[in-house]
Order: sequence, then structure tokens, then C-alpha cells
Amino acid sequence: MLVNPIKNGTVLDHISAGNGMKLYKILRLNELECPVAIITNAYSQKMGKKDIIKIDGAVALDLDVIGYIDPGVTINKIEDSVVVERKHLSLPDTISDVIHCKNPRCITSIEQELPHKFKLIDRENKVYRCIYCESKFK
Amino acid sequence: MRSLISILDLSVEEIDQLVNTGLDIIENPAKYAHKCEGKKLATLFFEPSTRTRLSFEAAMYELGGHVIGFSDAGSSSASKGESVSDTVRVVSNYADIIAMRHPKEGAPLVASMKSTVPIINAGDGGHNHPTQTLADLLTIRREKGTFGNITVGFCGDLKFGRTVHSLIDALTRYKGVKIVLISPDELKLPGYMKDALDKMDNITYVETTSLENAMPELDILYMTRVQKERFFNEADYIRLKDSYILTPDKLENAKSDMCILHPLPRVNEISVAVDDDPRACYFKQVFNGKIIRMALIMKLLGIE
Repeated sequence: MLVNPIKNGTVLDHISAGNGMKLYKILRLNELECPVAIITNAYSQKMGKKDIIKIDGAVALDLDVIGYIDPGVTINKIEDSVVVERKHLSLPDTISDVIHCKNPRCITSIEQELPHKFKLIDRENKVYRCIYCESKFK
Repeated sequence: MRSLISILDLSVEEIDQLVNTGLDIIENPAKYAHKCEGKKLATLFFEPSTRTRLSFEAAMYELGGHVIGFSDAGSSSASKGESVSDTVRVVSNYADIIAMRHPKEGAPLVASMKSTVPIINAGDGGHNHPTQTLADLLTIRREKGTFGNITVGFCGDLKFGRTVHSLIDALTRYKGVKIVLISPDELKLPGYMKDALDKMDNITYVETTSLENAMPELDILYMTRVQKERFFNEADYIRLKDSYILTPDKLENAKSDMCILHPLPRVNEISVAVDDDPRACYFKQVFNGKIIRMALIMKLLGIE
């Protein structure tokens, strides 16, 4: 299977197999005007199988969202067919409006405009707590 | 501009400073009678609480200041659907400092993000109640002379009891504290708090369901009420509310200088017959609560 290299845009590499479509939906890449390719179950020496997303156009991606969903992703920025920047993501220290607090006693349950903010408290076990009520996100 | 949302917002040194100011207020009340003249405290109580609200109001009056506010959400603009953020932005224009109680956890933190004056968390759901903790700490200091090398038993509702959570948070910063968690299985301390305790070297804890067995080793016994409003299911409340009742006979095995604390209001978890025991310190806590709130109001207003 052949997917053409992109000239100007972004490649999300090393996506854990199965997370490609998830990221596509959460990042709302379907709303972009430019071509977007998702390759699933691509061969990877390191990972066995991986997913890749290629975006052929300028786009601002929320790296916190990507880092939360799949902290192993590599972001390659391409300009004139050359990789000009490569970022290895990790779990973000804080995330806003990526996940939602489910504690019915939390202030976020009644203040509709309030962003749902979470803080990383245990990187090893990927534990985030709501900054308002301190409930653990499950 | 500082606010007090969680007891952990204060350093150990700041807590010591507040406690020492409190002790000085008790010794020299006249020295503090005009410290807050011309200042206004707003008490925004979205949930009924006679005790805490009156304590804040009495504290401000004894400092020579004034008090405005409301005592239940029904008489505030919250009943018209106004957000906490908007209410606080408005009240910031009227008062120099705000004490807020709210049934939703995190509401005072949201308020502190929007307010232009200091916010004091006067209780948010089952989450935090830092000024009760300061009252507890002043009482422990007055009764025991120290915060370290003590064994503290917490009895009753350890799951929803915000005063328990805040006091445990505060005690984790001192050396040699042993915590004994006495509760029915349904009302045990939340896992995240036990996880945090597990990681600390300066503090140890044990869990038990027996108040009698724990009693002999305790320097402090912190009793709590099983609160009806924290339950979704009334049948669970009725089944558990009488689980742990302190009576004079249960105190026979206790140390002669043990100190019995309770955040109040009491329902029946401490028998009235215990009130005359010299170890009963829960009404002293009420007095200490007013004193420490005086010290806190001055601190947050930057008044020496």
C-alpha cells in the first residue's frame, strides 16, 4: 500500500495500533479541508504494529490531547518535504476539557462554563485528578 | 492576594504563626479589638451552617470589623441561577474578604480564581474545611503542647468527613504521628488518601472497626457525625448512623489525659454523659475556632 509523502503538513507517527481512529475523531480531523490519511496496523520494528496519521496541510493540533490519549506519539512537522521539527510527546501535566469530571458533587456538575481541568498526579499509573474536587478520573 | 482553600495552602511555618497569633489573642484580646476597623467580611453560605457562619461573624466583630452576607442559597442570587463565579465577582466589590460555604466540591477554588479579594473556604461538600482544621490544630496545641509524636484516632464517617480529611492532611507534615482509622467498612478513609499516607515516612496508620480496641493507645480521639446529607440512600444512613457511639464506659480504657475532639454538631455519637469528663474538649474547639478565624482574617487581610 502506498501513501504519497506530504510536502507541507504534519505526520503523527508511532501511534499505538488502534488509537489512530480515536485520535482522528477526538482531534476532529474530519473537519479539515486538506487531505488526511490514516494508516492502521503499519509494520513497526519497535512496536510491531502502529498507526500513522498524515495531514497534508497546516493545522494547529492540541498536543495535550494527543499526549493524554497516546503519550508515545511522535509529531513530525514537514516543510518543503523535509522534517523540520520532531516532538516526542509525554503525558501532559494538566489537561483541560479533554476528560470530564464524573463526581456529581463537583462544582463542574453545575457551573456549565467551567473548563474541566485535571492534573497529573501519578505519571507511572496515568492518574489524573480534577483540580476542583480532586476526584480521580476513572 | 492570598486565599485559603485547602489546609495545604498554608506552610507549617504559617500554621505555627496562626496558632501563635491565636494564643496571643486569647492572652490579650483587647490588643485585637480594633484590628479590622473599616473592613467588611462577606459570609456567602450556599448551604446552611449556623455554627461556622456565626464563628466567622463573631471573629470579625471581635476584630472591630463588619459583616455582610447570606445564610442559605435560597436567599441569594444562586436561586435565580447565578454562577459562583459571577456571585463572587459581584461581592468582591462590596467586601474586603469572603468566607464561603458551598455544597459543591471545588466551589471556593473557582471563587478564588475570579475574586479580587481573599476567599476563605468555609466548607465545600465532603471535600475540605480548612478553618475547622485550624481550630482542631489550635485545640491540639493548647491541650497537648505539640503536633508531633502523638497517636490520633479518627472515628465514624471517614469517607465523607471533610474535617477528617483536612486534619489528616495537616498532620502528615509533622513527625511521629500515628493515625488510627476507626470506621465501619462502608465509611473507610478514601483510597487516594491512604495511597498518599503509604508514601510518607513520617506517619503511620492502621485501620480498625473496633473503637474499644483502639482506645488505650490514643492521645487524641476525633469523633465525627455520620451525616445524613452525604448519603444518596436513606436506608444506608439509618443502618450506619449509630455504629460508633462514645459512652463513659468505653472511656475506661482510655489514657487519663486523652483529648476528645468533635467538629460538631453532635447528634448521638458522643453521649451527653461524656460532656463532664475533663477529656472532653469539643466545646473548647468551638472557642478556639473563633480565635483562629480571627488570626486567619488578619493574616489574609495583611494586618499585623
